[in-house]
Amino acid sequence: MVFSDQFPLDSKTPAPPEVMADVKPADLPRPKLVENDRSFGWITNKVCGIVEEKTPTWWWVAFACATSLASFTVIGLTYLVSTGVGVWGLANPINWGWAIVNFVFWIGIGHAGTLISAILCLLKQPWRTTINRAAEAMTIFAVACAGIFPVFHVGRVWFAWWLFPLPNANAIWPNFRSPLLWDVFAVSTYATVSVLFWYVGLIPDLASVRDRAKSKFRKIFYGIFAMGWRGSTRNWNNYEMAYLLLAGLSTPLVLSVHTIVSFDFAVSLIPGWHTTIFPPYFVAGAIFSGFGMVLTLMLPLRAIYGLHDLITQHHIDCMCKITLATGTIVGYAYTMEFFIAAYGANPFEIFAFINRAFGIYSWAYITMFTCNVVTPQLFWFKCIRERPHVVWVISIFVNVGMWFERFVITVTSLAREFLPSSWGYYSPTWVDVFTFFGTFGVFSTLFLLFVRFLPLIAVAEVKAVTPQADPHHYEEGEHH
Amino acid sequence: MAENITFGLAADFENPHTLMKAAKRCRDKGFKSWDVITPFPVHGLEEAMGLKRSRVPFFTFIGGATGFITGTFIAWYMNAFDYPLIVGGKPLFSPVFPFPVMYELTILLAALSTIAGMFILNGLPRHYHPVMKAKDFAATTDDTLRITIESSDPLYDSEKTRVFLQEIGGTNIQELED
Repeated sequence: MVFSDQFPLDSKTPAPPEVMADVKPADLPRPKLVENDRSFGWITNKVCGIVEEKTPTWWWVAFACATSLASFTVIGLTYLVSTGVGVWGLANPINWGWAIVNFVFWIGIGHAGTLISAILCLLKQPWRTTINRAAEAMTIFAVACAGIFPVFHVGRVWFAWWLFPLPNANAIWPNFRSPLLWDVFAVSTYATVSVLFWYVGLIPDLASVRDRAKSKFRKIFYGIFAMGWRGSTRNWNNYEMAYLLLAGLSTPLVLSVHTIVSFDFAVSLIPGWHTTIFPPYFVAGAIFSGFGMVLTLMLPLRAIYGLHDLITQHHIDCMCKITLATGTIVGYAYTMEFFIAAYGANPFEIFAFINRAFGIYSWAYITMFTCNVVTPQLFWFKCIRERPHVVWVISIFVNVGMWFERFVITVTSLAREFLPSSWGYYSPTWVDVFTFFGTFGVFSTLFLLFVRFLPLIAVAEVKAVTPQADPHHYEEGEHH
Repeated sequence: MAENITFGLAADFENPHTLMKAAKRCRDKGFKSWDVITPFPVHGLEEAMGLKRSRVPFFTFIGGATGFITGTFIAWYMNAFDYPLIVGGKPLFSPVFPFPVMYELTILLAALSTIAGMFILNGLPRHYHPVMKAKDFAATTDDTLRITIESSDPLYDSEKTRVFLQEIGGTNIQELED
């Protein structure tokens, strides 16, 4: 399909300049979104078939591993609740250790899902349709994992509801001048809106699964969640408007969430935290880490379920390029922080940054810089992007690097504050380690359940971007 | 009253192009109670059917405005009126510091009311509808494009409408029970 077919030139558009005839610009075909000209029926069968087939053995094995790993979080949290928050490695002067590192890490992962579903929807990027469902699921599960850390960090978890402005026996209210309260609003709104957006997208596909269901139980189960969707165009009219509005609402939301998370740091006066670059830098980092995770999840799924016609090389290319772009922005932010520290001539700030790169935590800084700035540069090369195994390994580097970024930001600044009398060194305890690594199990368990029970590709949306769904597609024979 | 009341007639169309042409014919013929059932949103079909712009944005605006006012109000009520709390020498109320709260509540309530609006305007959840009674209804959430014309339409006539559906290219014409 050539450009002019997608954006037909009407009679009012001026004719292309005469020079074009001599130049003969190359006809650059748009990459196909669905390979091998698959029919609507094929797409439905392929995606709904995954939900309908007998549970494969690999799924049971993966599920067993994931739940076992998740039990580590349960052990860590049980020990914490029964003993006290002191079992984590947090101690003066580093009162924010892995807890906030893991929180920011998981929240950041979620951002790619919303970027794909909302921002790319507004930018009319049709390639988003095959990956948005799974990426949004990733968002929701990542936010669920993120929520564990602040909720348990409050110590007496049964009072976690005091975070919300609800009347309680103490007769006082939360402090609206605190960025931590802003965070409560931002993260809870983000979780709610992400779930709603995901669910609205699922409705037409749940209707497909309902109508294909053989057993009574499946018919009722999927039927209830499909809300009686019948594909009426009068309904599609409202549905598409609602979807567009949700995309429009999610876009400022996703940008605000990591901005507000960065306020947790930036509104304080700690050297290394008190910088205005934090909001854009955090948002870029979040999208970067999220795309790393999307690649980590989608490449194995594509291989296991043979989804090569739906998640094509073009999709992988696009994701790699976004990872490269955001990784480079992150690298720019790292360097710019140093420049501003030097240019600002604040001795504490200068010290904070020299300490960050060359101090006691330089090992973490080097890991962060290598994983986040150096490795994604490999995505410049087509031969790298065309090798899914290599892309997958790089995506793991991105995940690791972004965890270290949050560690570097949080710990290096607290370990070397203004007064040498309040200097220290932070190490996590086994409870920290159990709780954090267990969240990968929690995340994987939820994701595996999603893959098993819900259509992992947005069937209706993919059909809508195929060439045969476009009424103008059939006119070609008549006009050309 | 007859035992089997007819809900209307349904006809299938080969591809989105013929469907679009047929929808325009139905619109121009003056049908009011009719619908197009498709497994995915067909671009431009709303226009071909003569549907008005969706009213969902109205709900979104109401929700968003409510959220913004709620956010402003709770920040003022809780920290400046009900229990004035002096923190760091900052003013008790200002539109600046609770802005993140106002912003998030605007988005939260706007999103909730958008979805509520979508369900209300669509009349969903409705787990039973006559079009679902067609034996091959499952095909319409897979790959079949279908036009239904309801018997409640003043222009409806079981014979003439059937002929009309054939004329505009419909196949597999069937009567839907109510």
